[in-house]
Amino acid sequence: MAETHSLQDLRQQPAVAAKVFLQRDYTHGTMCQFQTKFPSELETRIDKQQFEETVRTLNNLYTEAEKLGSQSLIEGCLACLTAYTVFLCMETHYEKVLKKIAKFIQEQNDKIYAPRGLLLTDPIERGLRVYEAGSQTFQLVTTKSRVPETLYLD
Amino acid sequence: MSAVMITRKVRKWEKLPGKNTFCCDGRVMMARQKGVFYLTLFLIVGTCALFFAFECPYLAIHLSPTIPFFAALLFLFVIAMLLRTSFSDPGVLPRALPEEATFIEMEIEAANGNVPAGQRPPPRIRNVQINNQIVKLKYCYTCKIFRPPRASHCSICDNCVDRFDHHCPWVGNCVGKRNYRYFYLFTTSLSLLTIYIFTFDIVHVVMRSVDNGFLNTLKETPGTVLEVLVCFFTLWSVVGLTGFHTYLISLNQTTNEDIKGSWSGKNRVQNPYSHKNIFKNCCEVLCGPTYPSVLDRRGLMQDDMPVSATPAAPSSSSLSSSNPVPQTTKTTAPLIPNEHTPDDAKPSIADSAEKSPSPREELPPAQKVPPLASPETDAETALAKDKIH
Repeated sequence: MAETHSLQDLRQQPAVAAKVFLQRDYTHGTMCQFQTKFPSELETRIDKQQFEETVRTLNNLYTEAEKLGSQSLIEGCLACLTAYTVFLCMETHYEKVLKKIAKFIQEQNDKIYAPRGLLLTDPIERGLRVYEAGSQTFQLVTTKSRVPETLYLD
Repeated sequence: MSAVMITRKVRKWEKLPGKNTFCCDGRVMMARQKGVFYLTLFLIVGTCALFFAFECPYLAIHLSPTIPFFAALLFLFVIAMLLRTSFSDPGVLPRALPEEATFIEMEIEAANGNVPAGQRPPPRIRNVQINNQIVKLKYCYTCKIFRPPRASHCSICDNCVDRFDHHCPWVGNCVGKRNYRYFYLFTTSLSLLTIYIFTFDIVHVVMRSVDNGFLNTLKETPGTVLEVLVCFFTLWSVVGLTGFHTYLISLNQTTNEDIKGSWSGKNRVQNPYSHKNIFKNCCEVLCGPTYPSVLDRRGLMQDDMPVSATPAAPSSSSLSSSNPVPQTTKTTAPLIPNEHTPDDAKPSIADSAEKSPSPREELPPAQKVPPLASPETDAETALAKDKIH
């Protein structure tokens, strides 16, 4: 019902391209994951599989960054022993993966999204809160709700 | 009229909303009230200085030179952890830029549907399921975002902080996701340092008293009395605090959650973030990845960047188009201010609907209206509790 209401809103408004904000997916806890549901505004602009593949790869990269593995353990212990001064000389694992992510988004924009007039914004620029996909030429706010788990009830 | 504009490069920290102070061109980030932090620093440095001046020469000769050596190591570690906790970004969540804020508001209005005039719209809460537990995400009116799980708004710093633990005046900063482990290491190492100094003070006094007598000892090393006093009172508070945080870490809870009783077990709610294993919980909190700051304090402001600090119109930037969307939905949906409208203002809701364009963009007018059992009472009590710490 929420969706049909906003569809009506959409029809009333001038048909202008928009920015879509994909929210975080908290089903597995506070780890950084984005929802892979395909926003309908992008239906005419890009292939659904392609977009979901991008988000899935992004999610995998964030999982790699936040993994509680032996590497992060060793890094943590070493850093603690040196009173965290070791981070003045070396990058943390998370920062290294963030650089990978930035490169990945740049690649995706260059190869896939820019030719279709879209632009993906690196989530780090939005505080890792939302994943933004916007039109390069028009930048306006979209009205579509894309949060399946949302309930606005007491 | 020709003018040569010399534009200074402005870094993003200068335009950040919130009540933080920044030093070293954005490298250091603290709360505004730093008085208690200076006191902490003074007490630690002062007591250690007295220890090195009065006790260490005697103990180094009569017992072992490793005593002042380990004291120095501990002292340096304590100071490093204190400064790291105080100066780092606790995990502040940047406020929503105008487009994102408007997008979220429209989502809310779309979901609420048409609320009949005179009725309060439902509270802004999102329910998400985390590890088979329903968690409510509250909307932050200041930051214009739905707070991620475990985030909370600190009223002292006026920021939403991720995995908010508490605001600690002793370190002059909030304790959140990014600096919690430094805070914990600070309290632990400070406990060890206090115990260390206290023990060796006693040892020193006893050893000297055997030779010279108790009163003479006190006359020769008056600093000892001061140190013992400071250590005695510090011990009770800091060791207690360390114990409390050790307990919280083993359960993967924050101080904020503990105070609010979020996972106290009432109504079968359990902590969805706990791994149900003490070792795993400790590992995650203390040895987990070091999260980067998402604030980008030292980035350079671009001239056309929209500033989220101004709650006013979707900005003067090139990002906003010639027909801002809010205009089309104003007449259909109820607006933010209505949530705070008390019952006796119901007849004037028709008036407020006409005045809709401006209050939509400004929050302060709504906050001036005293809320009557408003949906924000929960958030308000939470904020009040944040303030206590």
